[in-house]
Amino acid sequence: MNPENDIILKWVEKSSSVLDLGCGDGELLALLVKEKNVSAQGIEIDEQAIYKCVANGISVYHEDLDNGLKNYAENSFDYVILNESIQQVKNPGLVLQKALRIGKKVIVGFPNFTYYKSRIQLFFKGVVPVTPSLPFEWFNTPNSHFLSIKDFEVYCQKNNIKVLDSAFTDGDRAVKLFPNLFAQTGLFLSQSSGILRA
Amino acid sequence: MRFKYPISFQSDSIGYERGNMKDNSNIVETKHFTFGELKLDSGECLGPVTLAYETYGALNKDKSNAILVLHALTGDAHAAGYHTGDKNPGWWENMIGPAKAFDTDKYFVICSNVIGGCLGSTGPSSINPKTNKPYGLDFPVITIRDMVRAQKKLIDNFGITNLLAVAGGSMGGMQVLQWAVTYPDTVKTAIPLATTAKHSPQQIAFSEVGRQAILADPDWNKGNYYGSKGPEKGLAVARMVGHITYMSESSMAEKFGRRSKKDPAGAVTKFEPNFEVEGYLRYRGDSFVKRFDANSYLYITKALDYFDVAEGKELSEAFKKVKAKFLIMAFKSDWLYPLYQSQDIVKACKIAKLDATYCEINSTYGHDAFLLEVEEETHLIKHFLNKAAK
Repeated sequence: MNPENDIILKWVEKSSSVLDLGCGDGELLALLVKEKNVSAQGIEIDEQAIYKCVANGISVYHEDLDNGLKNYAENSFDYVILNESIQQVKNPGLVLQKALRIGKKVIVGFPNFTYYKSRIQLFFKGVVPVTPSLPFEWFNTPNSHFLSIKDFEVYCQKNNIKVLDSAFTDGDRAVKLFPNLFAQTGLFLSQSSGILRA
Repeated sequence: MRFKYPISFQSDSIGYERGNMKDNSNIVETKHFTFGELKLDSGECLGPVTLAYETYGALNKDKSNAILVLHALTGDAHAAGYHTGDKNPGWWENMIGPAKAFDTDKYFVICSNVIGGCLGSTGPSSINPKTNKPYGLDFPVITIRDMVRAQKKLIDNFGITNLLAVAGGSMGGMQVLQWAVTYPDTVKTAIPLATTAKHSPQQIAFSEVGRQAILADPDWNKGNYYGSKGPEKGLAVARMVGHITYMSESSMAEKFGRRSKKDPAGAVTKFEPNFEVEGYLRYRGDSFVKRFDANSYLYITKALDYFDVAEGKELSEAFKKVKAKFLIMAFKSDWLYPLYQSQDIVKACKIAKLDATYCEINSTYGHDAFLLEVEEETHLIKHFLNKAAK
């Protein structure tokens, strides 16, 4: 199992409700249903992924995150997940704000752009980095925003987003020390502080 | 682009082969169920009422595997299989049968002709018991909810208290929504395709053009034409307008282009149907009048126009009591029932906290897509039903 899913699985409480934004083929939600008996709903933009979700037994809305998420009431879900999708939407700030409104807790996972191997490629080779967590070339990447673990932490501080927990990985390995340098992926369990809503 | 032959609402396609093998196991027949009377939304009573219906597959012991399939504007009870001696199968043959989307090895599928129709169920061309003549315009105004109420009697007659699914496209989809709202305890899952929760002004406008074509035909004779030719021209024009709205600009371009027949003598024809699209529409119109009653067309299109499952309220309000799980499908090139109308249903599902799945299928076939995108629909429906049946 991939270590990111493992971390998310630990954070999500049993029998809770989960909305996965950019749920792909529904693999993570199916896992959460199986292991944690959650009530799951996905949102996904790719038609082919929708077919896979339904085959995985996951209820999913075919929708663009940038235009959607309007109709849910505040705190509609125990958890809203943005796993590897926040760097792909047009307006990550807005999507995150909406997620924090809809979900009591929000899980955000993203590739860390300032991973040391990325820094080496950028600094010594002078090329846009390609790493296992950022495997695309400049011309075919679905990612439109590049952020580091530090960037996200600063954003949370500035926007009164409470970070309840965080975890960092480098492939299969958990990273404890200097995650902004040594982690390929950062995961945050966050919550709106309430000030955001006012 | 994949090319699919349009198996349209009816069994009169022009020169298209269905590609289905005929065998005796696939022979079906239409049955009839008659009940005393039906109280209508208009306040009037209609009775006795007959429903033409067909069934496919077998009802299981605890009667938990029944699926009600609902037809579109000009469809009928003959959804699948072949009638003895017929070349063409039912209108949803590619979706109903062993190992198909509605797998008749597992499920018991029922389809009935709507009331107000002319294909076996009580409608304006039926005999009015009070006068012993066809109803004509004495037939009461009917609504989508009236159609659904009549279907409920049929389901009750089978002793079925729970429907595993109700499914249909276009007007069939409206009946699906109505079923979920009116009988929340009966409907386990709802599968509305290419449909809307209420008719838009544009949709009403197209209906009205069709109706006006019929009303303007002198042979309509205020609906009193049974025993004579009837408003064939008017009904054919109504059907032609309908067919334009069922296709997309690109599917028409693909299918007909600007191809035309040259007059063999080289003469310039004035208004002969020389463009292929003209010939197609005329053929569709002419063959339609052989199987459909003009008054039924008037009544049913009016039922479509009156349709608003939320009855003027917010749809999410109407969905409050709904218990069904939804599988909603829309088609990108469908401009008659555009995406936003399905998205409105999705929005109501979110607010009402219903479990739902929504897919926008990338099709170029326009509204007709719901009858043509069989592969995509099959995949979604099969898995969805599998889960629902567990």
